[in-house]
Amino acid sequence: MHVARVIPCLDVDAGRVVKGVNFVDIRDAGDPVELAARYDAEGADELVFLDITASSDRRDTTVAMARAVADEVFIPFTIGGGIRTLDDARRLLRAGADKVSVNTAAVRRPELVREISLEFGAQCCVVAIDARSAATSPSGYEVFTHGGRTRTGIDCLAWATEAERLGAGEILLTSMDRDGTKRGFELNLTSMVSETLGIPVIASGGVGNLDHLVEGVVEGRADAVLAASIFHYGEHTVAEAKTRMAESGITVRPA
Amino acid sequence: MTANTKPLIAILDYGIGNLHSAQKGFEHAGADARLTADRGLIDDADGVVLPGVGAFAPCMAALGRTGLDAAARDAAGSGRPFMGICVGMQVLFAGSDEAPGIPGLGILDRGVRWIPGPVKRPQMQWNILDRRLDHPMLDGLDDPVWAYFVHSLAPEMGDGTDVVATCDYGGPVVAAVARGNVWAAQFHPEKSSRVGLRILANFVAAAGRRAG
Repeated sequence: MHVARVIPCLDVDAGRVVKGVNFVDIRDAGDPVELAARYDAEGADELVFLDITASSDRRDTTVAMARAVADEVFIPFTIGGGIRTLDDARRLLRAGADKVSVNTAAVRRPELVREISLEFGAQCCVVAIDARSAATSPSGYEVFTHGGRTRTGIDCLAWATEAERLGAGEILLTSMDRDGTKRGFELNLTSMVSETLGIPVIASGGVGNLDHLVEGVVEGRADAVLAASIFHYGEHTVAEAKTRMAESGITVRPA
Repeated sequence: MTANTKPLIAILDYGIGNLHSAQKGFEHAGADARLTADRGLIDDADGVVLPGVGAFAPCMAALGRTGLDAAARDAAGSGRPFMGICVGMQVLFAGSDEAPGIPGLGILDRGVRWIPGPVKRPQMQWNILDRRLDHPMLDGLDDPVWAYFVHSLAPEMGDGTDVVATCDYGGPVVAAVARGNVWAAQFHPEKSSRVGLRILANFVAAAGRRAG
């Protein structure tokens, strides 16, 4: 049985959730623990915290946040953003994160993937790939880094395949063409990567409604779907997402 | 143990992975849960937990290095409630396809095999526990019982007499085993939300009954 996961993604700055989450009756919309508990109660399968803290000397706040979340919330969570070294990964995993996702630093130095995988296991090593369509790349998609700003000239499918070989346990695949557009996942990209690899792929970027989540699994062949704004701004609950997916014939863990 | 004290659960800390969630999970489940490599504390505990993440060989190496392999064997043989989780379950067996030639603890006979078939590995998802035995591990839980799995290998079915639950992942995959005082879960109860906390509480209750 293949069970699709629904994963809300929260942006975190200096240990606080930003981009406002409008749950009714929530006391503190910036508190990662309260929000994580709320998403757990709604039936979220996992959580991703994306650390957008600009200054590296405030990264300790992210470690403290991981610990606080792990103290209170008993579903898996991933922390990504700004992880440059094995030691960065170690501190977050020791603090209670289940997985770390690496992006720019792994493109720059792919051995980082192997190092994390060897020390902690493939299961906690997520490689995040930001891709943009590019006619010059063999697969039609090129890897971008630094939050999608920097071209690398690296082919997306080649890098995803290499990441798996190096020991990644999962790929978090974001279409930069679709991110923020609310037009739905880049399904060609998602299905190409998911069907080529033997490890799970999380689809990300572009979700604007619940049907997009269904498409990500049915047409995109994604193992998990990630979304931010449709959940945060109260447009839909995770429970509604799962109901829609189940009605479409996708197996999900009910909320 | 007196009526006012919580069961003491020793979580074997042999330097592998993230034990924070396991400790907090057992605390939520009503235990006085300690991460420890102290033999005296382990021997005094009402229940002993062997966690594990990553790979079989590094876990066995770390258990050997810390001497906790003997502590785990003794605890499992003591009759006190004992629980292996994830790779901490796999090392209870005789050996694993992941690390040919490296013996496991041998507390449970038979081996650990790659999950077969055209499925993605690791299985990284929630899945339903299909009950095969009526066992206190799953007390108080209504079907379907959903648990969170992250693994590429699983124990062999054997004759099935100790298999508490399987999950369906390209076929039946052993999800939970129990033989006497030894419980083992391939899934992560400490990451399985309310269901997982209930499973941990069931273990704490068993430890409390024994202590009481």
